[in-house]
Amino acid sequence: MKILNSWLNDFGVFGTNVEKLSTAMTSLGLAVESVTQVDTPIKGVVVAKVLRTERHPDAAKVHRVYVDAGDGKELHVWCGAFNMKLGDLIPLATLGTTMPDGRLITPRGILGIESHGMLCSGIELGLTTNADGILILPKDLKLGKDVFSALDIKSDCVFDLDVTRNRPDCNGYLGVARDLGANLRIKIAAPMGDKVKKGAARTIKVTIADKKRCARYNMTVMSGVVVGDSPNWIARRLTNCGMRPINNVVDASNMVMLELNQPTHAFDAEKINNGFKIRCARSGETLVTLDGQTRALETTDLLICDGKDNPIGLAGVMGGAATEISGQTQTVALETAWFEGSGIARTATRLGLRSEASMRFERGVDPHGIDHAVSRFAFLLRESCPNLVVHSGASDVKEKTLPAKQRVVALRVAQVNRVLGTKLTTKDISVILTRIGFATKSVSGAKTPSLKIGVPSWRPDCESEIDLVEEVARHYGYDQLGKVVPQSTMHGRLSPLQQRRRDLRGVVLSMGLSEAMPNPFLAPGDLTKTGLTENNAILLANPLVFEESILRTSLRPGLLKAIGYNISHRTANILLFELGHVYPSGTADSVDGLPDEYESLCLVAVGETSALALDWWSQLSSVMNFGAQLDQGSVEPGFHPKRSATLRRGKQILGCVGEIDPRVLAKNQINATVACLELNLSVLLSETPRVANAKPVSRFPRSDFDLAFAVPNSQTAGAVMKALRQAGGVELVVLELFDVYRGAGLADDSRGLTFRLCLQASDRTLTDAEVTTIRQRCLDAAAKLDARLRD
Amino acid sequence: MSEQNTVGAISQAIETARDSALQAIKSASDLDALRALGVELNKKESLLNSFKSDMGKLSSVEDKRTIGQLLNAAATLISTAIETRTGEFTELEISNRIARESLDLTELLTQRRRGHSHIVTQATQRLEDVFVGLGFQIAEGPEVETDFNNFEALNMPKSHPARSEFDTMFLEYGEPGSVLLRTHTSPVQIRVMKSWKPPIFAIMPGRVFRRDTPDATHMPVFHQIEGLVVDRGITFAHLAGTIEAFTKAFFGEDFSSRLRPSFFPFTEPSAEFDIRRADGEWIELGGCGMVHPNVLRSGGIDPEEFTGFAFGFGIDRMAKERHKVGDIREMYTNDLRFLRQF
Repeated sequence: MKILNSWLNDFGVFGTNVEKLSTAMTSLGLAVESVTQVDTPIKGVVVAKVLRTERHPDAAKVHRVYVDAGDGKELHVWCGAFNMKLGDLIPLATLGTTMPDGRLITPRGILGIESHGMLCSGIELGLTTNADGILILPKDLKLGKDVFSALDIKSDCVFDLDVTRNRPDCNGYLGVARDLGANLRIKIAAPMGDKVKKGAARTIKVTIADKKRCARYNMTVMSGVVVGDSPNWIARRLTNCGMRPINNVVDASNMVMLELNQPTHAFDAEKINNGFKIRCARSGETLVTLDGQTRALETTDLLICDGKDNPIGLAGVMGGAATEISGQTQTVALETAWFEGSGIARTATRLGLRSEASMRFERGVDPHGIDHAVSRFAFLLRESCPNLVVHSGASDVKEKTLPAKQRVVALRVAQVNRVLGTKLTTKDISVILTRIGFATKSVSGAKTPSLKIGVPSWRPDCESEIDLVEEVARHYGYDQLGKVVPQSTMHGRLSPLQQRRRDLRGVVLSMGLSEAMPNPFLAPGDLTKTGLTENNAILLANPLVFEESILRTSLRPGLLKAIGYNISHRTANILLFELGHVYPSGTADSVDGLPDEYESLCLVAVGETSALALDWWSQLSSVMNFGAQLDQGSVEPGFHPKRSATLRRGKQILGCVGEIDPRVLAKNQINATVACLELNLSVLLSETPRVANAKPVSRFPRSDFDLAFAVPNSQTAGAVMKALRQAGGVELVVLELFDVYRGAGLADDSRGLTFRLCLQASDRTLTDAEVTTIRQRCLDAAAKLDARLRD
Repeated sequence: MSEQNTVGAISQAIETARDSALQAIKSASDLDALRALGVELNKKESLLNSFKSDMGKLSSVEDKRTIGQLLNAAATLISTAIETRTGEFTELEISNRIARESLDLTELLTQRRRGHSHIVTQATQRLEDVFVGLGFQIAEGPEVETDFNNFEALNMPKSHPARSEFDTMFLEYGEPGSVLLRTHTSPVQIRVMKSWKPPIFAIMPGRVFRRDTPDATHMPVFHQIEGLVVDRGITFAHLAGTIEAFTKAFFGEDFSSRLRPSFFPFTEPSAEFDIRRADGEWIELGGCGMVHPNVLRSGGIDPEEFTGFAFGFGIDRMAKERHKVGDIREMYTNDLRFLRQF
């Protein structure tokens, strides 16, 4: 909402202290987005008269204009606009004038012929938004006079307010003035003007068929209308408030809307057939709106129809072309109505026709401000139509559904103080609320002091006690409510899970991986390209773009895209990770009816192999104190089937470690191996590791020996290790695979595995015989797996 | 030969032998030669040791003592000389080795990099730490939410006009329009109120979604942090106090804050909060207010017994401003050249 300083002063003596007014408005919740200086007079621009014009054979785009600037002398000016006629008054920026854009007017000429100034357009002077042609001034101005003082234009400013949804009243000057007046203790009154001449009764019958959607409809006939331009002051106000002046009838309607937050619509009374009927559309009906478009209507659209039931307008949204006022209109039928907001919103949104008017109906207009609006319209129109007559006998249908002039809401004093932390009395609260036009009455005999508040009809937002508490707070002043840090009775901390997540991040970062945040929305096909199914992926019902219409079920597609991006930018050492949610659809009986969303961690490195991925897992599992078995028998789709393993713990699957499937790499145009570790964190993080109990460290000597086996490829090193560990028993304190050998001296289908074993007892020195026995047990166990000791 | 002469001659011979030994030690070319010399001098047949047998030929105890002392003194001198010389050689050898081992460390300075946390994560953790210090715990919730938790429970029933401002992304899941990507972290408030009991001092950071075309300052996927306090006797002054305490803790002591009236369906009274930089400029930060009684009820909390406040703001913008990132989209390209700067 744009508030022009001078216009605001019509509602009360607010003055011109921009700083003070801005601060007050902001403190009330009317956030001042910007303050713009307008109508700043430019020194040196005078009223001049066109004496004659002349073309120059060598200048096609400009002509020569000879003007009289009041001293009777003929001045010559080059001009690129051709819209002036002989005798027109036009603004001349004389030599030496500095224009708002900083240009200095000099005699710089064309073709060696000097120019004695510059003729100005409306936009150059900041007076209109019209850049086409020179501004033609009213005929009655005195030649040579300063244009700005001749037009009575004084420096002004516009406050651009961000009016919140709950304050429909502040979409009008009156609402802003009420709040501001209460804050600054300035008495306010809406401007009215003299009563317009009353005429003989002319009644147009109005029938409201849908009483929920339309609760009041006033139809007043005004004759003596001459459609033409608005007076300059009206045009200037509208322009400064961001509305284009159209003609005196539309402009008067817009002025009323801005002042009182009440849209009106003027029909050409002669084009109205037998009265008005307000009803909802029937399916299949159409209407040609003011903009010439044929609109297909739905049964939720509220229509203004004529007496023959033909649609002539979309209520609150746009009028129809057939009954539009024209240059010939002499009598207008003015509609001033109260429509229910959400219905108007639905129609306006569906048709893409949200306008200043529909927005106001949507948010809420004052159902009891209609009489005022009609009178104000008449006064403003009479400014340009001196013979205007307002006919008596206006239709004014009010339905029972019309909101009351006052709505009573109970307010407990203790509740105000409990929420705001104040010590306000009944009287304090009464004073505050009375200032903004609320009626207050103490409730006698109540157990705790309380008030009955009469909320005026222009404040539809105040429906319950807490709404009134907010009103008290606003007008008491938020900055008066104090700042007290509450004593938290909780102890601030990360939960064990959150601490584990941070630890995990720390390890991942220390391993050299950087954190990516790819888009969680995927394109159709992205999952397939990653080797994953789309069957458990959820689709967005209203995606922004087709390429972002699927919710990810894995972090891998996003990271593969990030890898591709970095490869294409020739970045080396691509090590990335993401820690984020994935959203597989899950089962129907899931909690809350929501998908099986969970937190996942994925690490990738380009040009690396499973060895690195396993190293990551070793580090993470030791920090998380969380072991798992490597199961190469079943591998997550999308991982290399022969170089990856599922991480299992019992029935739980923690994730997958290894390399990305070469087929996936090919589909993603990645020409290098990619090591990958993907973990389901819902398992990994939720478990709190047991606190370890200290065991005494053995003080007895240790026997170390190595065993080098030839092991068939069909047998995993893990299986051999497991067998050795079992055979070694409690005395086997260290077991390490420290060498893997393939090549000469071994069968093609086997490799050499060398283990280091350390034997130690906690209570004695192991004898040679004991060591020999254990060693033999180990060899026997290995032999069962076809692991033979190498020579 | 008189005995006197004999003593004198022996003494003379000892001194000569001693001096020649010392000379040999002095002129030993290296540690090996010195060691060999030591061995030689220690042999029984060595010249000095041969005088020991000569001592038996002397009859006078006094003479024996004289020669004995002389021999001992010579032996001490020689062994000290060997020791000193050995020290010198060892020292020389080590310094030679040190010289040989000279290394240009700049050859070895590899580009081994640590990983870099995303700046949004960094900002989130900084915020979490500040609030933990103020006595808050951290609550989390799912990113896919029900329409109920995201809107209805937050005082925005189905027909509420404010819903249109959220540009919600709905999912093809369950009943049409019932499951969505949360448009703010506020549904976590509902979850916290239902599962914790007051007193509640919680912050809720997380990822949120709006159907917004990306531009330099907006992403359809971004991050918010929200705070919720519910207890007996919580007032608007506590809200203002918490915002002020946070502002000073996070931005610095020379920052201050203000609240100005605004509107949100889930709080009342509602406010925008601005922070003021040291240079006096106000910056809009986020929204806040007293939790609306309807929202407390949705969370199973009696508004006649408890009051509460909530506040929230965007995290991405904080990261963007802190690191002077020109275009917010830059933060989500996953370009390592960008990520490795922070």
